[in-house]
Amino acid sequence: MEWLRSRSAYLQAAPLSLIFLLFFVLPIAMVVVVSFFDYQAYQILIPDFVLFNYQDVFSSEVTYRTYFITFRFCLMVWAITLVLGFAIAYFLAFHIRTITMQIVLFLLCTIPFWTSIVIRMIAWIPLLGRNGLVNNALVASGFTDAPVEWLLYSEFAVVIGYVHLYTLFMIVPIFNSMMRIDRSLLEAATDAGASGWQTTWNVIVPLCKPGIAIGSIFVVAMVMGDFVTVNVLGGGQVASVGKAIAAELSYLQFPPAAANSMVLLGVVILLIMLLMRFADIRKEL
Amino acid sequence: MVHGRRSRSFYALSILFGAFVLFLYGPMVTVILLAFQGPDGGLTFPMNGASLHWFADIFQPQSIGDIWGSFDRSIKLGMMVMLATVVVSFLTGLAYRKKFRGSSVLFYVVIASLIMPSIVVSLGIGSMFELLGIERSWWSSAFGAHLTWTLPFGLLIMFAVFNRFDPAYEEAARDLGASGWQTIRHVVLPIVAPSLIGVALFGFTLSYDEIARTSQSVGALNTLPMELQAMQTNVTTPVIYALGAYTTALSLVVIGVSLVLVLAFRWRQKRFGSDADKGMV
Repeated sequence: MEWLRSRSAYLQAAPLSLIFLLFFVLPIAMVVVVSFFDYQAYQILIPDFVLFNYQDVFSSEVTYRTYFITFRFCLMVWAITLVLGFAIAYFLAFHIRTITMQIVLFLLCTIPFWTSIVIRMIAWIPLLGRNGLVNNALVASGFTDAPVEWLLYSEFAVVIGYVHLYTLFMIVPIFNSMMRIDRSLLEAATDAGASGWQTTWNVIVPLCKPGIAIGSIFVVAMVMGDFVTVNVLGGGQVASVGKAIAAELSYLQFPPAAANSMVLLGVVILLIMLLMRFADIRKEL
Repeated sequence: MVHGRRSRSFYALSILFGAFVLFLYGPMVTVILLAFQGPDGGLTFPMNGASLHWFADIFQPQSIGDIWGSFDRSIKLGMMVMLATVVVSFLTGLAYRKKFRGSSVLFYVVIASLIMPSIVVSLGIGSMFELLGIERSWWSSAFGAHLTWTLPFGLLIMFAVFNRFDPAYEEAARDLGASGWQTIRHVVLPIVAPSLIGVALFGFTLSYDEIARTSQSVGALNTLPMELQAMQTNVTTPVIYALGAYTTALSLVVIGVSLVLVLAFRWRQKRFGSDADKGMV
C-alpha cells in the first residue's frame, strides 16, 4: 500500500519532470554545448570544440560596456522598485484596515498587468515622445522652450518601463512578509518608546527581509536578461546584455550568443547568491 | 498606529499610492483614448476628432503585420498552455503532498526556470530543435517554451493551496471507502477548483503575453505579441492603439469570466458543500 502511494507520486510528478527535462534542462545543456561550436554564414551550427566564442566575449570592450550599462539599469531599477514597493506594501499592510479594502486596492494594482506587455510599452510613446503629453505640458508651462529629447528612446524611458513592469513583483512578496508580522511586536515597539521610523527600520524591515530578497531576485533576474523593453523604449539607442544576445541571434550567430548567454547566466547566478545571503528564502516557499 | 486617528504617514503614503496607480494606468488610458482618434488622427495627442474608425479599420486588410493570423495562433496557444498548466500543476501539487525521491531537485529546477533569463531558455530550445533538425513552430517548441514560464507559477500556486488543505477531508473520504481516484474526483478537486481557475488565468495570460521565450522558439509564424513588437516600429496609424484597446478588453473579459467562475464555485460550495451542521438528513 505504501509502495503504491509513493508510486502514484512518481506518476503524478512525471509530466512536469518530462516537460522540464525536454524544454528546460536539455535546452540549457544545449546552450553550454553550442557555446563551443563553430559557425558560418550559411551554417548556423557546426559541431566543434572551440574557445573563441568565449575569447570574443571576454576580449571585447563592448562586453564590459554593455555589462556596465546593464548593471546600472539593474541598480537603478532595483533601488526604485524596492523603495516604491516597500512603501506601497507598507501602506496596504499597515494603513488599510479591512481585508476587503486591501483586496480591492491590490486588484487595482494588478489589473494593468493583465494587458499586453508590448501594448503597455508602446503606450509610453504618446506620453513621452517628442510631441507627447509630458513634453507638451513642459513646453506649455514654460519649463522648457523646446521638447525634451531624452524622455523617449533613452535610458530614462527604459528605466520608467522597468519600474512600470516590475514594481508589482516587489510589492507582492514584501506585502506577504508584512502580513505575517505579529502586530503585537509593533505595539511593543511603540510602548517601548520607538518612533514610527524606528519601528519601521528596526522591526518591520528586518522581518521583511525574505520578501525583499524574493522581490529583488525577481527584479534583478528580469532586468539582467531583458531585451524587449530595451528594444521598444530604448529604440536602438540603448544597449543591454540581453539585447546584445538578441542581436546576435537575429544575425543567426548562435554560438557567440550561447557563449554570451553562459556568461550572463553566471553573472545572474552570482547576483542571486549574493541576494540569498541576506535572507533564508527556502523558509518562505 | 493600528487604531485611532490617521497619522501623517498615512496621508503621505495615500498620495504616493494614488500617484502609483496613476502611473500604472496612465499608459493604458492613453492607448484607449488614442484608439478613438478621428480618421485623420495621428499617433499622438491632440485628438483629431473622435471616432470608431480605427476599431473598424483593424478588420480591413493591413499593409503590415499579420494581426489576425497571429491573434488566432496566440489564442490557440494560450488555450493549450492553459490546459496543460492546470493539469500538470494539479498533478504535481498532488505528488508534492507525498514524499518522493528527487522532489527537491525537481523543485529547484522549476524555480531555476522562473529566474533563468528568458532569452537563454529561448536560445536553448531554438538550438535543440535546430540540431535535431525538427522545424520550430508555435505549437511545438514555443508551446514547450511557454510551459517553462507558466508551470513555475502554477506549481507555486498549488503549493500555497495544498499548504492550507486539511488532509482530514481525504482521510474521511478514505474511511468512508472512497478509492484514491474517487477521493481526488469528489473531494480534492471540488475544494481546489477555484484555485485551479486562478492557475488557468495565469497560464493563459502569461502565455498570451509572452515574448522573450517565444522569440527563438516560435519558428516562421509569429504569435500576437511577437507580431506587435515587430510592427511597432513601422506602424504609423492609431490602428495599433485600437488593437491595444481590443486586447486589453479581452484580458479584462478573461479576468471577469474567471472571477465569475470562482464566485460560482464558492456559492456552490456554500450551498451544497457541507451539511455538517444540519443534523440528520
